Amino acid sequence: MASNPVIPKTIGTRVKRREDPRLITGQATYVDDLRLPGMLYLSVLRSMYAHAKLGKIDTSKAKALPGVVAVVTGADLKGKVGPVPCPAAMPELKMPEQPVLAIGKVRYVGEPVAAVVATSAYVARDALDLIEVDYDPLEAAVDVEKAAETGAPVLYDEFGDNVAFRAPVANPAVDEAFKKADRVVKLRIEQQRVIPMAMEPRGVVAQWDRGQKSLTVWSSTQIPHLLRSQLAESFKLPEIKVRVIAPEVGGGFGAKLNVYREELLVPYLSMTLGKPVKWTQARREDMAATTHGRGQVEYVELACKNDGTMTAMRCKIYADLGAYLQFFTAGIAGFTSLLMHGCYKIPAIAWETIGVFTNKMSTDAYRGAGRPEAAFMAERMADEVAAELGLDPVAVRRKNFIPKEAFPYATPGGLMFDSGDYEKSLAKALEIVGYDKLRKEQAELRKQGKYIGIGVSTYLEICGLGPSVLLPPKLKAGGWESSTVRMDPGGTVTVLTGASPHGQGQETSFAQIVSDQLGVGLDDVLVLHGDTAIVQAGVGTFGSRGTALGGTALVMALEKVKTKIKSIASHMMESPPDNLELGGGNVFLKGSPDKALPLAKVVEAAFGMKAGIPNLEPGLEATSYYEPNNCLYPFGAHIAVVEVDADTGQVKFRRYVAVDDCGNQINPMLVEGQVHGGIAQGVGQAMFEAAVYDESGQLVSGSLMDYAVPKAAMIPTLELDSTVTPTPVNPLGVKGVGEAGTIGSTPAVVNAVIDALRPLGVKTIDMPLWPEKVWRAIQAAKGGKS
Amino acid sequence: MIPAPFEYHAPTSLDDALKLLGSLGDGAKLLAGGHSLLPALKLRLQSVDHLIDIGRVASLRYVREQDGKIAIGALSTHRAIESTALVRDKCPLLAECAAQIGDVQVRNRGTIGGSLSHADPAADYPAAILALEAEIDAASAKGKRTIAAADFFVDMLTTALKPGEIVTEVRVPVLAKGTGGTYLKVPQPASGFAVVGVAALVTLDGSGQVSRARIGITGAAVKGYRALDAEKALAGKKPDAAVVKSAAALATKGVETTGDIWASSEYRAHLTQVYAERAITAALTRARG
Repeated sequence: MASNPVIPKTIGTRVKRREDPRLITGQATYVDDLRLPGMLYLSVLRSMYAHAKLGKIDTSKAKALPGVVAVVTGADLKGKVGPVPCPAAMPELKMPEQPVLAIGKVRYVGEPVAAVVATSAYVARDALDLIEVDYDPLEAAVDVEKAAETGAPVLYDEFGDNVAFRAPVANPAVDEAFKKADRVVKLRIEQQRVIPMAMEPRGVVAQWDRGQKSLTVWSSTQIPHLLRSQLAESFKLPEIKVRVIAPEVGGGFGAKLNVYREELLVPYLSMTLGKPVKWTQARREDMAATTHGRGQVEYVELACKNDGTMTAMRCKIYADLGAYLQFFTAGIAGFTSLLMHGCYKIPAIAWETIGVFTNKMSTDAYRGAGRPEAAFMAERMADEVAAELGLDPVAVRRKNFIPKEAFPYATPGGLMFDSGDYEKSLAKALEIVGYDKLRKEQAELRKQGKYIGIGVSTYLEICGLGPSVLLPPKLKAGGWESSTVRMDPGGTVTVLTGASPHGQGQETSFAQIVSDQLGVGLDDVLVLHGDTAIVQAGVGTFGSRGTALGGTALVMALEKVKTKIKSIASHMMESPPDNLELGGGNVFLKGSPDKALPLAKVVEAAFGMKAGIPNLEPGLEATSYYEPNNCLYPFGAHIAVVEVDADTGQVKFRRYVAVDDCGNQINPMLVEGQVHGGIAQGVGQAMFEAAVYDESGQLVSGSLMDYAVPKAAMIPTLELDSTVTPTPVNPLGVKGVGEAGTIGSTPAVVNAVIDALRPLGVKTIDMPLWPEKVWRAIQAAKGGKS
Repeated sequence: MIPAPFEYHAPTSLDDALKLLGSLGDGAKLLAGGHSLLPALKLRLQSVDHLIDIGRVASLRYVREQDGKIAIGALSTHRAIESTALVRDKCPLLAECAAQIGDVQVRNRGTIGGSLSHADPAADYPAAILALEAEIDAASAKGKRTIAAADFFVDMLTTALKPGEIVTEVRVPVLAKGTGGTYLKVPQPASGFAVVGVAALVTLDGSGQVSRARIGITGAAVKGYRALDAEKALAGKKPDAAVVKSAAALATKGVETTGDIWASSEYRAHLTQVYAERAITAALTRARG
């Protein structure tokens, strides 16, 4: 990177988000804001049963309602559109076909059964009430462990049972270590299902151009380019005839990292009817029929020595897949297994993952996707080891950390950790929270009958996917990202990025990178994304990859443009290119900013072509693709301090300290924003949120009256800091931070509550830590039961 | 979230509203602040043929002192009740209760008349209204009557209001010196409604004995109720911690507490007793001045 003492860099500074003014003044354009001439509106009838045979569907009354243009059912679409594409593949995976509208059976509450297209959204909705469906209800498979048993109600008769896959990874060294262990600690952990709840629900608008025979689809998606590939394949259209636009996208959290039924249904109906069609999901539809997160039951065992040294770990994971397989449904438990040891040097691990179909919405990626579950396992087990041996939880962590000298570190699961200094972030967090003093205070307060708990979580995660082999085998893209940098004749810079930010702030952070590299002002940079007709190619934003991969592709493209700028300037300044630098709107001699040529002159030369430079190709533009050779492993230390009201089970936060390490930071304010949101969602899982299905498979917490997304007052005051351990994997030295807060916070909170109640004999409480559960755990412990 | 079609009426006087309500009959429903009815309509849990929006009936929006009581027009918002000096100074229990409803946006729209008429078992007002022994005026095309708080809540979402009646006014007492009250609630984390809410109002005589105790409870059962056994256990006693504890233990006596995902019936009963103890203790502290 150019270094110039005179010109301040913007990287590392708290530049305000350039996206925000339009967002907070209501001037952004989301899918639902689109109004196209002649547009029709789609509404979807969804199953009220978790499991039922579909009988006759009578649509005649709905069709007769004035304003209704079309009513379709599964039978109408069979052979014409669908099934929904799924790129998952693993040995002996049972792959059910997912029709666009249910055929023969419904398998979860919310499954699309029929659809109405009408001249207004109101008529379309009214017509749904006029469709008569004969359901023959079947017993539902709801509980993941019971659903895996023989004799459970079976979702797919053709499969014989509900076990989609069983992937055991045995390791004789693990068995050996367990035999030799001084102690073995065990936990059963429930990772309850949670609902991602993007502020903007899903929505699709499709427009079929009869003359051009081309399809334009606006979708609230994290992956416009992948969606285009899948739509082209599904509709047997060349990719050049499909344009996907992700306009402003109001959050995704992994739940928009997919191709959904409606993304086929809406274009199909637009193509059939020859009119633009819009579908906007209502909140309750979003909760029932957008992928859920988590949903695992884990049996975890850890072998250790009497001094706290961890020697082996194994787990058995039941993955609650839901009724159908979406993009990553089958893969998430694999991530959990690979990272179960967290940041601890555990020589041997073994696991078995069992994927189980249930009569519920599919699970898939949700902020962390498998890693929060892994971190939770590692961090809960570290505390259990401490409790078992009467050691301080911090001491156990320090004893087992992978030391900073050990990087790159080959993990027992076959990963290569890039860089890390776990002690450093922990030490900082302990200092901020005043750990030793707090422990003394805790002991004092316990004497007064007050239950204070201190929960430590030294999490680790994997992000920046990444080497292409880690993505689903049949996915029509690898793990790369792309960027184009184009200087415009007027001297401004247009960046086209394949990353598809939807709240992450890359319109700001990428402009900072450009500004520093080319020496132009932030306001001279436009970052475009989310339109396949504008952006050359891309994979998308998920798994904390936007800056690490998209940013690196941008740096590579910038290098090419800079090389050309220097080459032109070299002619004009009569100095070798290597002796030139960019900054402050100029090209100047290294070390002599006063000997400068305005960048505008170079741009003028490149576009005006009148400077007499021989063999000059006009323009200043370059494209780069970047595929990393490794993933990235951010980490950090979160400490929650809580007070438990033992009479009611209510939990109050006293402190929350988070020290995250995501490598170099382009914009610390964006980093903090990501950590804030991440912690809110992680605290949400620990304390408040649960997609509760009853025994019949009804989604009991299916509205915001019953599903508790934490409000601002329910989140602790966050005391944030960071350490910086750059990665050697990419030139920016950046890791990802999109999911860190979620991953670090959930175990910190649960560890804190358990720590508070440990003297009463409480060992574990299943999330979310609703007061009644906490109270019951206290009662049980007091009663001698555990 | 689109409701089924309905006819919309917006009368500007109470008389017009009553006429409409009388003539449109069962298919009509009153809309005040809209914070219970509109979600129900949008979720299609409920549908109406006619919606009579009484929001423009300005004559039902007031808070004033009259005849030694505080008279509150039925269309007064929770926010108005929470922030009016008269209520805050002379009947702080009600202001405190109103201030704990939902959030500011909800309180700016929701009305006391609408909330009481809807009779959500987890609404906050019933606890305070019962403890304060409020009077509720209802008008219909046929005339006007007053309903005592104790008679008002009949069952889940059911009140003593007859078809064609509109709540017009709620009257609460001006609290005398030596009287202390408070409202404590456990908010349901998603909806903000009361998992349990306890309003305690106690008066101490010159010797420090409880001369009068009123305890209103919401959220715990299908309707708000007075914990009469607990009240009796306090009456005439020097209220030390043990007395308060044993009185609070009677807060759910004879009551079938409800259960949901947030609180089972057993836990709800326990919470009610814990919060009754805390509310009575706080009310006593205030009564002692």
